[in-house]
Amino acid sequence: MYTILEKKRLTESVTWMTILAPEITRHAMPGQFVMLRVERDGERIPMTIAASNQDQGTITIIFQVVGTTTRLLNELNIGDELIDFVGPLGKRTEINHLNKVLVVGGGVGCAIAYPIVKALHDQHKIVDSVIGFKTKDAVFIDDLFEKYSNQSLLYTNDGTKGLKGFVTEGVKKLINDDIYDEVIVIGPLLMMKAVSELTREKHIKTIVSLNPIMIDGTGMCGGCRVLVNDEIKFACVDGPEFDGHLVHFDELIRRNLMYHEHERKTYDALCKLLEEKER
Amino acid sequence: MNKSLVKTPMRVLDPLFRSTCFEEVSLGYNLDEAMLEAKRCLECKHKPCVSMCPVRIDIPGFIHEIKKGDINKAYHIISKSSLLPGVCGRVCPQEAQCESVCVRKIKGESVGIGRLERFVADYMRDKEDNHFSEVIERKEKVAIVGSGPAGLSCAHDLRKLGYQVTLFDALHAFGGVLLYGIPEFRLPKAIVELEVQKLEKMGVLLKKNIIIGKTYTIEDLFLDGYQAIFIGTGAGLPKFLGIPGEMLSGVYTANEYLTRVNLMKAYQEKAVTPIHIGRKVAVIGGGNVAMDAARSAKRLGAKEVFIIYRRSLEEMPARLEEVHHAIEEGIIFHHQSHPIEIFGNESHFVKRIRCVKMGLGEKDASGRRKPYIIEGSSFDIDVDDVIIAIGTTPNPLIKITTPSLSTNTYGCITIDESGKTSMKGVYAGGDVVTGSATVISAMEAGRKAADAMNHYLNELSLNVLR
Repeated sequence: MYTILEKKRLTESVTWMTILAPEITRHAMPGQFVMLRVERDGERIPMTIAASNQDQGTITIIFQVVGTTTRLLNELNIGDELIDFVGPLGKRTEINHLNKVLVVGGGVGCAIAYPIVKALHDQHKIVDSVIGFKTKDAVFIDDLFEKYSNQSLLYTNDGTKGLKGFVTEGVKKLINDDIYDEVIVIGPLLMMKAVSELTREKHIKTIVSLNPIMIDGTGMCGGCRVLVNDEIKFACVDGPEFDGHLVHFDELIRRNLMYHEHERKTYDALCKLLEEKER
Repeated sequence: MNKSLVKTPMRVLDPLFRSTCFEEVSLGYNLDEAMLEAKRCLECKHKPCVSMCPVRIDIPGFIHEIKKGDINKAYHIISKSSLLPGVCGRVCPQEAQCESVCVRKIKGESVGIGRLERFVADYMRDKEDNHFSEVIERKEKVAIVGSGPAGLSCAHDLRKLGYQVTLFDALHAFGGVLLYGIPEFRLPKAIVELEVQKLEKMGVLLKKNIIIGKTYTIEDLFLDGYQAIFIGTGAGLPKFLGIPGEMLSGVYTANEYLTRVNLMKAYQEKAVTPIHIGRKVAVIGGGNVAMDAARSAKRLGAKEVFIIYRRSLEEMPARLEEVHHAIEEGIIFHHQSHPIEIFGNESHFVKRIRCVKMGLGEKDASGRRKPYIIEGSSFDIDVDDVIIAIGTTPNPLIKITTPSLSTNTYGCITIDESGKTSMKGVYAGGDVVTGSATVISAMEAGRKAADAMNHYLNELSLNVLR
């Protein structure tokens, strides 16, 4: 089945996991995602592919523990199996037509931004990056951004590592000094919205990667619908990447809160259960 | 001969009780009831019922055996034409098919053909030993894409002919729309699981979590040695109304609502997948899916559930039995009404839906009267959830990665009369060809395509020999 071959803790709440899924590696490309399920009565959740290795038949995901399913996923160890793992879903990131790109990553979004930086680098494109985290302890794979970018700026909100502030400051600086074919932003919705506002003024095409509520991931349920240029689009089939200047962010932010209360409740219940188990 | 003008009643769960749980509503006939109902059949020579059955089941033939009490024989008569009698007996729109032309209907009700079909299937379920006889193995590999009724029946027929059959499904369980679409209270999932297990016992290789068009393309399947492919991926892409407010929290497509309930078991305490349960729920549409969504909402705890349908009650495409059951369960029908806007509260959740009354004009292409808006007739209903059940179109995933596959303007795959698509060795059937239709027609399409695929593969092997 879908056996976990590697597991590394990147930060307090971010985990790197490599899973055996040879069938998915056949066509997996940067920007695409998988749907997974941890246990029988569990939910299906989308997870962006961080790396795919066809020779070894493995898919790597990097995730942050934010709720019930990611917490359960984090409880699994090397040798354990996921019950469902399906993909690759969504469209790939289009990079062939680009020459000079700015990639912006925020928090766990850096896990998805990184394979794009690497792909651009491997295709001999010029790529700059700006990444941001809350604080020093939340920083991960900044060395990889450093390694594969022409120049890479690191921000922490409290200034405990790299520059103090938000990625928007780095973006503002770089797009003032330089000319980019495209800006690719992956991170929290508010961050993607803020960066899109900055690049709109400069008329730089901006791509964002969305992660709405999803069930099947194949275009069947319509739960992942987003308004793009006032049209209903499905993130699973038409995305997950869209033109940041056309996405109705506020609508999506509100939709993503739909099950907030339920999610909190089930998460708290699970945490309590796991704590009791440990005792 | 039973001269009763009405069908032998079928026992059902009490409406008050059943609208609080997901247990099957109709309990079916027992042997005595079935034999009593069978005696209403006149066994007419011209068999009008057979001509209206999409798969031409010998209806008077199997009913004759029920009269004699030989249910085993009745089962084998049905099995000659239908692979899923337990499913079709429950979900076929009999009143529009076999039962619509029953001679008994001239005076009174038709014979309860659907009920009798269901009885035979249920009666034989635990009695039937593995009636699948050894096949003469053939080496050719065939791929069946999608495990709904079309895929299940195509896989069955090809495996019976000895082919090495692999059945792929995109989801984590098999059965397609029978699983994610039709609720437990109308079609218990154990029945679907049993059909899938039967295939597995026959030697069909089941592969879940594989999305053809994404994980593998059609071209990959040929590269991997499959010599013929059947596409039965259904019509899964939901339609929207195109009115303001569809992005509000609490607005669902019926697909999403029913998938959360049926596939992800959101109605069970232990399930993690959430569902928003409003006090008042409006369901838009008048088909079986709309009835399923409305009755599911009621069972989840909604106090008031409305069906909003633009034509009259008589024109509703839903099965008559489902409409009756919905009415019994207290679903409120706003017919000749159509939504024009959904309003939300400050937290972006649905609070109200605005509708207009519809008049009915001349008959349109579908043979039903064409609805038109009555000016100045708008009215509001306070609701917490809106479920859109106005139909679906075929899923485009295979088409996107298979440009040489021809589709029509609605995105439906085009086939010839045998089920062959524009691509050599590729066949299709069911909702992906017709758009949303019935289980029985999808089953028939799967079997027809299996027959054509067999001819194709026979010819292929002859050519190799030459």
